[in-house]
This record gives sequence, C-alpha cells and structure tokens, in this order.
Amino acid sequence: MMKSLPITIDSVRKTYGSYVALDDVSLDIRAGEFLTLLGPSGSGKTTLLMALAGFVRPDSGKLLLGDRDITRLAPNKRDIGIVFQNYALFPHMNVLANVEYPLALRKTPKAEARQRALDTLARVKLEGLSERNIAALSGGQRQRVALARAIVFEPRVMLMDEPLSALDKNLRETMQYEIRRLHDDLGITTIYVTHDQREALTMSDRVAVMNSGRIQQIDTPQQIYDRPSTRFVAEFMGEANIVAPGSVRRIDGADASREALMIRAESFHLDAKLVGRDGVALDGTLCAKAFRGENWLLTLALDGGQEILVCIPAALASGCAELTIGQQMTAYAPAAKVHAIPGAKA
Amino acid sequence: MTVLADPALAADARRERRFFLSLSLPALFIVGLAAILPIVWIIRQSFLTTGGEYTVGNYEKVLSSGLTWSALVTTLELSLGTLAICILLGIPLALALASARPRVANLLMALVMLPLWTSILVRTYGWLVLLRRDGLINAALTGSGLATEPLPLAYNFTGTLIGMVHYMLPLFLLPVYAAMRDIDANLIRASASMGATIGQAIRTVILPLSAGGIFSGSIIVFIYTIGFFITPAVLGGGKVNPLSIRIERTLSTFQDWGSASVLGILLLILMALMGVMFLAARRLIAGRKVGTAHA
Repeated sequence: MMKSLPITIDSVRKTYGSYVALDDVSLDIRAGEFLTLLGPSGSGKTTLLMALAGFVRPDSGKLLLGDRDITRLAPNKRDIGIVFQNYALFPHMNVLANVEYPLALRKTPKAEARQRALDTLARVKLEGLSERNIAALSGGQRQRVALARAIVFEPRVMLMDEPLSALDKNLRETMQYEIRRLHDDLGITTIYVTHDQREALTMSDRVAVMNSGRIQQIDTPQQIYDRPSTRFVAEFMGEANIVAPGSVRRIDGADASREALMIRAESFHLDAKLVGRDGVALDGTLCAKAFRGENWLLTLALDGGQEILVCIPAALASGCAELTIGQQMTAYAPAAKVHAIPGAKA
Repeated sequence: MTVLADPALAADARRERRFFLSLSLPALFIVGLAAILPIVWIIRQSFLTTGGEYTVGNYEKVLSSGLTWSALVTTLELSLGTLAICILLGIPLALALASARPRVANLLMALVMLPLWTSILVRTYGWLVLLRRDGLINAALTGSGLATEPLPLAYNFTGTLIGMVHYMLPLFLLPVYAAMRDIDANLIRASASMGATIGQAIRTVILPLSAGGIFSGSIIVFIYTIGFFITPAVLGGGKVNPLSIRIERTLSTFQDWGSASVLGILLLILMALMGVMFLAARRLIAGRKVGTAHA
C-alpha cells in the first residue's frame, strides 16, 4: 500500500488572453480518494489537471500536495503518475522498457527495476507481453501499459486524462472496473477527467461537475444525480425534466414548491398507487410514445405547453401499448424524486 | 491482395498498378538521360587513351599518384568535418526551433533559410570579405585587441569548412526539424511527469525519435559536400584540393579526359561506399531492440 496524499486546490485562476479557462477554482481532494472532474469540452477540467501535473502555470492561486506547495514546482519533481488521453507510450521502446523508464530515471538498480516492472505488468494483466513493441498492441493493451507505467514508480497521486475515450464501449466498461479496482488496491489519490457522466457516476467516490472554468457542484455520484444544485448539473447528468411549480400539483392537495422542480424521466409512474400521498402529479396530453426494449419513452405536453419525457420500465408498462396519441393522461412522481433547484426558473 | 479472388477484379487491380507505374516514365526518362548516360560515357572514357584506344593506363596513372590519395583524404576531411559541425550546431538549433512557439519558429526558420535563396558564389565571396587577412572579422579582432596578429581564416582548410557549413546547415536542419516537430508533445510531457529532466528527455525520447531525420540530414550533407567545388576553389586559396578540384584541374590544365574520368569514378565509388555505410548504420540502430531504458 502506497502512502497517498491529499490535494488542495486553492482559488486557482488561469486565463488565455480574454478567455478564462479556470475561474478561481477551489477543491479539496482527500488522501486515497477517487475524484472525477466531469464536464463538457472547454469546461476547464483538462486545464485543471494539467495545472496539477505542472504543464499549465496558474495565473494565481495555490496547489498543495499534502502540505507542500507545488504551484511553481517543475513537473519532473512532482512525483505524480499521469495517464494521458492518447497513452503517450514511447514508440521506440518495447512494453518492458516503457514501464522500466521511470525507474531508470530514478537510478533503480537494473535487476530491481526489471522485477518491479514485471510485477506491475502482471498487476495490469499483461504478463507475457513485456517484449512486445508498442505498435503491436491493441488499444486496451496500450491502456494497460500506460497504467502500469504511471504506477510503477509508486507516485502519491495519479492523474488520468480521459484515458478510456479511445476504446470501444465494452472494453471501456471492463477498464472502468479495472481502474477502480487498481485504485482500491493501491489506495492512491486519483483525479480522473472525463466528459462521460455515466463513467463518472460508476467510478468515483466524488464527482466535481465543471462548466465554463468553474466547479458547479462537488458531491457523491448519488447526490449529483438526484440533488443537482444547478440547472446545468441537472441537465448534464441525464434526462432531466425541469418544470415550473405551476404545472405540478401535490396529490394530497398541499401547496407545491415555488422553485423550479427537477424530475428525472425514470422517476415517473403512471399508477398513482405506486406514489405516496405526498407525491406530485402532472397532467398533460400524450404527444409521442416509443418502445425502447427495456422501457417505454412517453412525451407529454403539459397544460402550460411544456413537454416532458416520461420513462416507464417495461415491467411496469403493461398498459403503454394501448395508449393513443392525443389522449389526456397524468404522470405521478414520489416526493423523494422531486428536487427543487435553488434559484432556478423553469 | 487475397481479397481480390475474382479474376476480373484482380485484372482491374493489375491494370491500375501498371497505370500508376507508368506515371514514373517521364521522370525515369530524364534521370536516365541526365545521369545514367553520362556515367556510362565516363566509364567508357576512363578506359580510352587521348587517341581513342582501349587502355588501363589511366587507372594506373591516377591510382599511383600521391595527389589522388591526398585529394581523397581532403575530400573526406571536408565532408566529415562539415557533417560533424552541422550535427553539433544543427541538433541544438532544431531543438530550439521545435520547442519555440509556432510564430517564433516560423520567423527563425525564415532566417535559417535565407542563405539558401542567395547564390552560392555570392555567399562564398561574402565569406571572403569577412574572413580575409584584412577582412571584417580580423579587423575587429585586431582593432579590439583580442588578437595581435590577424588569424588565418581564409585561403585554407578552416575558411573552406566555414563556407561549407554555412551552405549545408539549413539543408541538414530541415529534416531534423521536421522529425522533431512531429514528436507528440505528450511524449515529452509523459517523460517529464515520470521524473525526466530536460536533458534526460532529449536523450531518451527526442533524439531516438528524430534519429531518422538526423540520418537523412547527414546523408544530404555528405552527398552535397563530397562533390563541393566552388567553396574550396574560392576559400581554399589553392591549398585545399579535394577530388572535385583535382578533376577540374586535370581537365582545364591537361585536357586529360581519361584521368579525369577515373577521378570521377573514384568519387562515385566513395559516395556509394558512404551511402551503404550510412544505411547499414541506420538499420543497425533501428533494428536494435531499444529495451534499454538505462541509456
């Protein structure tokens, strides 16, 4: 088990001309935590990662590794393992030489370096491929070499920049699981950058959602998904209906909230009995329906004119096939799944 | 091409290949006319007396002459000396260019290329103005008291070497710079993140990955310099006599086409030998398993 360190990002700002890439970003990452920076392209997540790696110098603010200030420290003195988006493996070295490289730089005795490199290759399930050329590896194998190379010198922090974006879907899911397992084995503080919200939810202890150079929300995956603090986070994390309070009535007749409400498409039921007395009801006209295998997707035009998406699992959707376009209907959601977004208008 | 099982498709593919091969004919024709034919003519000439009879006397005469062998040594000294200085100056320059911001790099590149747009004759005489005993450089050195006597910079080996390096450096730089610029910046970042200093990154990543460009540049320098004539003729002051100058003198002074042809063939053989050596060295380095991170 390596000794991992917490990271403190303190009001870091970075501008390129008039473009603000990082707008006073502050973030505390706990020792041994798996934290994901999630956001669309241009949100600043990669700039933040590169600032931690030392390749981007912040205009102002501080970066701490443990209690050591690394804001102005050269990249080669930071002792941070990095997995790059395109892997950045050395094409003129074979697999073993790539993994031995950081140890060679540290003047580790040859025999020990070889043993550690081979052990690390075994850890990422690449036994027997140590003499291969990089060009002869598949995408998934290259990914594993990049991982091995980033952890073989036992850095205290690991940064990963969209490491799975070049892989196909099945392989990506396998690698998500393996990266997470590796993290749990090593206990190494990990910052992971991705634009894939499902990947962020699956892998992370906490997710920091970024947009336009700011952190919008930092929370556990469930909180981020169920209790988004801004409209941007609500919509970025999945199919979200954001409705005006006027379109929603409480089933028990009590007053509804005054703020915009977020209800995820899959939180709805068509049967009021499945929702408690304190749940809500939305009345509207069915304007489209589609069968998607595991579920039905209905589009309802609310009385105010807004359209919402309602997703009913196939197991509970016995009546959906008989619904006709244009008919009046009501969608119900339990109170626990109705989330008021502070300060947002529908 | 096993996919093309259908004979009709295979025939189509063959026709296409023949068509594309035929596109090289005009160029092949010119190369044949301008290069192969004269070489054949020179080989024939080397075996003829001035009277036109067959002889091996030209070879006996040239190969037994001490002047020939000293010219051969001078040729090699000039070529390898130019190459060595180009490598020493060119690789750091290429590193600087490749790591500069694009706008700065383009400006520097234009400055480097500027000499190529000037006639070699003009440039060589330009160097004469600078390097002569009473030239600008010696005037500055003696005037400022840095040297009591003017340094012998022109009309000798040093002056010739300076002129040749000046001519060859841009041509060496181009392929090296292109190779370095093509290296993925993330590879250098990756090596830094694993602890490499700039020097270690250059040694373990940049130089191995630009070896192809350095070889190409070296071959260009060698091929050009081995037949260099104007620079040694002007800046050598009669004291620097590579094979090219021997050939010219044999022709203009003695009108001895037979001996001149033998010297020309010698130059060709030298070029071929060096070419083979370069390629062999390149294959050796490329083929070696770079399993040695411990560089």
